[in-house]
Order: sequence, then C-alpha cells, then structure tokens
Amino acid sequence: MFKDRKNFLYYLGIFSPLIFLILLILIFSSLHPRFLHPLNIFNVMRQISITGLIALGMTFVIIVRGIDLSVGSLIALCGLVGAVIAKGGLVERFSVGVDTELANPWYWALAGSVLIGLLAGTVNGVCITKLKVPAFVVTLGGLSAYRGTALLVSDGGPISGFNEAYRWIGQGKIGMVPIPVIIFLVFIVLCHIVLKYTVYGRYIYSVGGNPEAARLSGINIDLIITSTYVITGFFVGLAAFILSARLNSSEAVAGMGYELNVIAVVVVGGTSLFGGRGNILGTIIGAMLFGVLQNGLVLLNVSSYIQQIIIGIILILAVTFDKFSKSVRQV
Amino acid sequence: MEQPQYIVQMNNIYKSFNGVKALKDVSINLQKNEVVGIVGHNGAGKSTLIKILSGALHKDTGSILIENKQVEISDPKDARNMGIETIYQDLALAGNLDVASNFFLGNEKSRFFFLRNKFMKEESKRVLQEMKINIKSYSVPVDFLSGGQRQAIAIGRAIYNKAKVLIMDEPTAALGIEEARRVGDLINQLKKQDIGIFLISHDIHDVFDFCDRIAILKNGELVDICVSVEVTKDDVVSLIIKGTK
Repeated sequence: MFKDRKNFLYYLGIFSPLIFLILLILIFSSLHPRFLHPLNIFNVMRQISITGLIALGMTFVIIVRGIDLSVGSLIALCGLVGAVIAKGGLVERFSVGVDTELANPWYWALAGSVLIGLLAGTVNGVCITKLKVPAFVVTLGGLSAYRGTALLVSDGGPISGFNEAYRWIGQGKIGMVPIPVIIFLVFIVLCHIVLKYTVYGRYIYSVGGNPEAARLSGINIDLIITSTYVITGFFVGLAAFILSARLNSSEAVAGMGYELNVIAVVVVGGTSLFGGRGNILGTIIGAMLFGVLQNGLVLLNVSSYIQQIIIGIILILAVTFDKFSKSVRQV
Repeated sequence: MEQPQYIVQMNNIYKSFNGVKALKDVSINLQKNEVVGIVGHNGAGKSTLIKILSGALHKDTGSILIENKQVEISDPKDARNMGIETIYQDLALAGNLDVASNFFLGNEKSRFFFLRNKFMKEESKRVLQEMKINIKSYSVPVDFLSGGQRQAIAIGRAIYNKAKVLIMDEPTAALGIEEARRVGDLINQLKKQDIGIFLISHDIHDVFDFCDRIAILKNGELVDICVSVEVTKDDVVSLIIKGTK
C-alpha cells in the first residue's frame, strides 16, 4: 500500500508538467473562447519555436550535467553575422522596403549564422573539457563576450530590411502552419530519435549518469560533452536566423535574457540539473507550458509584470517536484 | 615439471606521482583458474597496480605480458580488447540506465547507429540467468537494484565480453552478508571457466575464502606472495602491518 503511494507520487512528479499544461489549457479555453482557435494555437507554437529550438540543444547539455548561459548573447551575434552577410556589409544597414535588394541570398546568411553558432559551441565545449573550467563559468564568460562581439560587429545599432525570401523563413506559412513551427517540428522528431534510439544518445545519458563509469567503459566523454555545446550552437544559429527573418531586423540586444527562458523550459520539462535524466518530449511540454501561460495571460489582459512573477514561481515549483519525485523513488 | 601458463605477468613495475613512489619494483603474475588476492593498507599501492593493468593509469617503467606477449595498455578500451575486465567498487555502472544499457555500456550493439535494444535486453537477460542472478525488472534504472545485483551485472558484463582476466576491486565492500556470499559463489563459479582473477580486498576473510595466492603490498613494495593454504590469517595480517611474519 505504502509502496503504491510512493509510485503514485513518483508518477505524479514525472507527469506534473503535462498535467499542469492540460489544466492551463482547460482554464484558458473556458475563460477565453478564441484560445483554442487553430490560429491562436499556431500563434503559440510560433512563439515557442525560437526558445524551443534552443531548448532542444540545451536538453543535451543539461543531461550531460552541463549548462549553457551564452545562448542569449549568441543569438544576437549569429543573427547579426547573418544580416551582415545578407547586406554585404554595414553600408545598406537601414534600407527597409518591400523590394529590398540583398547582396547575398538568405541561405548564405543562414549558413553564416549557423557556422558562428557551431564555432561558439565548439569554443565553449573545448574550454569546458580541455581547460577544465566549469561550464557555468565558461558560458558566463561567453554571455558577456558574445554580446560584446555582437555590439562590435553591428556598431551598436540594428540591421534591418531583408527581401521577401529571407522574411518568409520567419513570417511565411504553408497552409496554416508557420514555417518556424515546421522547422521546430522537424528538429523535435530528429532530436527525439537521436537521444532515444541511437548509440550517441545512449552515450549522452551514460555520461550524464556517471561520467567516470562512461570513461572507464571506453567512451570519449570530452568529445560527448563538447558535442552537446556544438549542437546547442547549431540551434542558436538556426533560431537566430529565424528570429531576424521574423522581425525583419537583427540587433545586438536581441535575445537578452533568453538563456534563462531556455533553461527554465528544459528544467520545467523534467530534465534534471544533476544530469542523466530528461528527454525531448519533456522539453516540448516545458516549452508549451510557458507558451500557453504567456499567451493565455495576454488574452486575459494580465499585466506582463505579473506574468514574470508567475513564471518564476512555476520554475521553482517544477524543480521542487523534480527533487521530490526523485527522493520518493529511492526504494 | 610443467611450466605454469601465465595469462598475466607484470614485471618490475615502477610508478610515482609527483615524486612520491607509489610502486617500487613490483612483479606479480596470474594463471588461469586462479584467484590472486592483493592486500595491503590504504596507500600501499593496490589500486595503483590494478589501475595500471586496467589502463586507467600508465606505468613509469616495467613490462606487462598478456599470454606471454608483451603489451602496452594505454587506455581502458585497450585493456578490454586484451580481455582484461575490471569491476570497480562503485564506478562501474550508470545508475540512471537500465540493466541492458549498463551491460553493453561502451560496447553497444547497433545497426546504422541505431541501438538494438531488444537484442541487448535478451542477451543480458540470458547471461544473468545463466549466472543464476534473479533480477525482477530489467527496465528500471539500476539505481533501484540492490548492491549485489549491480555487482552481478558488472560481473556478467565482464563474462559476456569474454574476459580472460578479471580485476575485482573490493567486490563485497558495499554488500550485505547474504549478497557478499552470492558474489563469493560467483567468484568460485568463474574460476572454473578458465578465467584468472585479481581480487583486491580489505576483508582478510574474503581473501582467505576465495584466493589461491595472496600478494601483500606495503608502501609500494611487494612484501610477499604466499599460497593461502600454507599461511595463517595472523601471518598475513602481520605481513600487512609489519612487513614480516
């Protein structure tokens, strides 16, 4: 009997984000008739796709007991590099209009943005594994340094006005589904498969669960840890490009504070900050929870100040549940 | 008289850490179907010696022969490829993963990068059942299993990898009496399968129960190797503490 209760609490802990998400959807849909309208649902999905993409990478990082605080600043840097490539420099930086001519097509901008992301991820990973500096410190340094580089590249101001093909990646739709949502869905499936069904995914969990055991089993743990930061860098590059396409602008202050949103999404989704535990589906639920909450509160005209308070409380509750569910299962 | 068949010969091994000599001219060997105990105080050099054989540390000088062939063991994977498997006290398993994942850790069976989970689960189940290890659930993280069961998984993994040499570091230290006895049965069972075992232990009773020969280390030097039926426990204790009988 007692053991059943323990199991019940354990599963309550595991499924609490999902239960909470469903509760929120029920509450908002009863309070606001348009909440469940497909347009609004896709709107929520589009809103979460930027943080969601980065959260996919962050899930890998946190499972191997890491953290990446540099993602917010890296968004700005990646987006700006993409924009500079598209504009062919800083001369035409403010030319906005329907038929804005670009020096280079959107895919070169995307490639540049992703390349910078990969590069920064590699630098983060190598500093953490080879210089043995804690991830928190390395990426805190990155948070400052990448933002500074972004300001340097852009000379402080925004770069605005891209052509239609460029903007389509952020603003376009296929049928009712926004392009960012499609991109997001594709990478959700990909990451889920990689993490759950491949040898690489198994290595991620083993390094997170017991790095020493993994090393003694012949797994190159430095390489595995570095790879998670590279993956995150890739998603930051991609997300930064989508963000600039959606806003039709890149600027050095973009993505300010995103690192905390992303980490919140991953942690609320049940990925343990102690490593070894978590999955992509949880991260998606975490992302949707924040998306729904924000969207619902906006629809109900709740002040954005109060929204921030609520989000903070939910984060703490989620981690409490996580620790709690872990402790009840120590049988 | 027939020349004994050694699977492991470690000759004149030296190792120092930042000038501190951890091992001084240690030579030790191991035959098939034999259990050699390695005993000594903390810091006597037991772990260092064993880590050199398992690839976790590198020797300064000396030579290692596996089945009469000189080898260089540069990392744990090397050691594993030579048939040397180590069962660490507490380091061997990833507690967040299930039985099969741990059983095949670092040696995952896959098809085009995709894990063959079903195959791995069946194989681990088969091997553990052959060892008469009873595990209720193969799908829970091994953190939820008992210490004895986890030790059995680590041993089963070594057997499955066709270990010729098994290194066991304090295999019973974290276990209850009943579980320690089960591990003891396992050791006796393994001995019959052409495997040589190095057993490191603090427990003098364990050593006498399982080992054919006992090597005593003190301050990085090999004090003596005795045949366990020819000495008493008091002799060994005295060797550990004073270095003489």
